[in-house]
Amino acid sequence: MTRDSAAAARATAGDNAAGAGGQPVVLGEGIHKWFGRIHVLDGVSFEVRNGEVVVVIGPSGSGKTTLLRCMNHLERIDRGRLLVNGHLIGYRQNARGELVEESEAEIARQRQEIGFVFQQFNLFPHLTAIQNVALAPIRVRKVPRRQALADARELLARVGIAEKADAYPRQLSGGQQQRVAIARALAMRPRLMLFDEPTSALDPEMVGEVLEVMRELAETGMTMVVVSHEMGFARGVGDRVMMMDHGRIIEAGPPAEVLGNPAHERTRAFLSKVLH
Amino acid sequence: MLHFDWSFFEGLLLHPPSTFVQGAIRTIYLAVIAQALGVVVGLVLALFRRSRRLPLRAFASGYIWLIRGTPLLVQAVIVYDGLSALGLYSFNTVTIGPVSIPGVVQAGIVTLTINEGAYMAEIMRAAIDSVDRGQAEAAGSLGMRRRQAMRHVVLPQAMRVVIPPLGNEFNNMLKVTSLLSVIGLQELFLAAQDYNSATFRTFEIFLVAAIYYIAMTTAWSFVQAAIERRLQSRGGYVAERVTLRERLFGGGGGAIAADQLRGAR
Ligand SMILES: Nc1ncnc2c1ncn2[C@@H]1O[C@H](COP(=O)(O)OP(=O)(O)OP(=O)(O)O)[C@@H](O)[C@H]1O
Ligand SMILES: [Mg+2]
Repeated sequence: MTRDSAAAARATAGDNAAGAGGQPVVLGEGIHKWFGRIHVLDGVSFEVRNGEVVVVIGPSGSGKTTLLRCMNHLERIDRGRLLVNGHLIGYRQNARGELVEESEAEIARQRQEIGFVFQQFNLFPHLTAIQNVALAPIRVRKVPRRQALADARELLARVGIAEKADAYPRQLSGGQQQRVAIARALAMRPRLMLFDEPTSALDPEMVGEVLEVMRELAETGMTMVVVSHEMGFARGVGDRVMMMDHGRIIEAGPPAEVLGNPAHERTRAFLSKVLH
Repeated sequence: MLHFDWSFFEGLLLHPPSTFVQGAIRTIYLAVIAQALGVVVGLVLALFRRSRRLPLRAFASGYIWLIRGTPLLVQAVIVYDGLSALGLYSFNTVTIGPVSIPGVVQAGIVTLTINEGAYMAEIMRAAIDSVDRGQAEAAGSLGMRRRQAMRHVVLPQAMRVVIPPLGNEFNNMLKVTSLLSVIGLQELFLAAQDYNSATFRTFEIFLVAAIYYIAMTTAWSFVQAAIERRLQSRGGYVAERVTLRERLFGGGGGAIAADQLRGAR
């Protein structure tokens, strides 16, 4: 599929769109975050539109993981606003207009709409692949077990590992584990998928199979934010690239521009390191 | 000149009087019941300690501090004799259908449960903490509540870590029941003592008691090994293999870790 037809697929996949009518799926405004005295996010503003694939790049420690984790409230933000699917994520405004943390139940509900894929997979080691995928639909969405298992089997087929449904994570290769993790996140039918360096813990020969699954997912019109230094993926699948440095987005734009002709000296220096 | 009466010893070992047999049986069921209840109390306390609610955390900490800071002997006397003397509660025989449970047995079970709960709480808490933080995060990212993540993701993994130290706790429990003789509970040790005061064959009698105890703990070692093997084969992953030799004679890494988990009693 070309980028144009992918974009067309997205346009038609817009029926579940939180972002329909121009509202972005993710909207960040002046986000600040400190870990102790480290200023990890220093006034980050950005948006992710419906069906868009945004690739986040930047040197180690620049705050990419932290920003991604804020998007499903695995981390709290200290200042600014972050809206996901049209709602402040993890916070609500009280009567005096101050932001207070949401109830645990509400945070859990918001997270059902947001898939997260971890660098280290974080599969549940005591459950088989198919049980990993079906657990949350059964326990959270209250899908009948039989139905959830059938759905899970279908998802595992979609990521190309139907035959490993009854294997435990430790019996799977890294690439297979990460594909199970993607299926697990998709099982909750999220409207947004977040990926934190999904291939950087993999042996080189397994990177391709995971990126391929992500590319196919992008073609279905899924909104995705991907922290990754896979430049081929960023160019081929990404709609936009955001370059982070020292807790700021120093540059953002179409992959061809940011990667091909970076405006910032830091971006240029970073890219020359990654590409070699 | 040793006064070892072989025929007395042999007779006692192979044809023990009924008080002896009943004492041994009582030792086993006291240990089983108290251990099972202790696991439940320990789990609740461990969850309290990891709760976000300060009163629950404080309660659990206070409980563990009190119980681990006082001897079981003192706890037993307070529970059985103390509460009664205070007029607060007296343990009386309870009859449920065909079984009647003497008050002293109830007090014994309560004491052992209260005591064991404090030690199990520490084991459970360490086991819960040993589960990678990414597990709870992954569960949370799927929209699971904290309680659901604990129940379906963290605890099942923690339980596998708990199995080896739990087995050691039970080994200990089998022996610790003997302390309940202080409140007059007729378990194996008190049965031996009573028999001794009638015959004065002290060495032979307590040698037989020792043999009974070691038979119980050794049999348990085999059961424990079988349980751990089973867990391991069923797709599980018990972190460390403990050989039967290590189990019986000590020196294994697992045993050391378990002792560290439990702290000195
Ligand atoms: N839980 C934490 N407590 C304290 N400091 C943290 C924590 N998590 C991250 N940091 C610090 O925040 C900064 C940004 O970390 P982050 O993981 O977001 O960077 P990153 O861009 O994802 O880096 P990498 O490419 O290495 O994954 C780093 O300096 C890191 O050491
Ligand atoms: Mg990172």
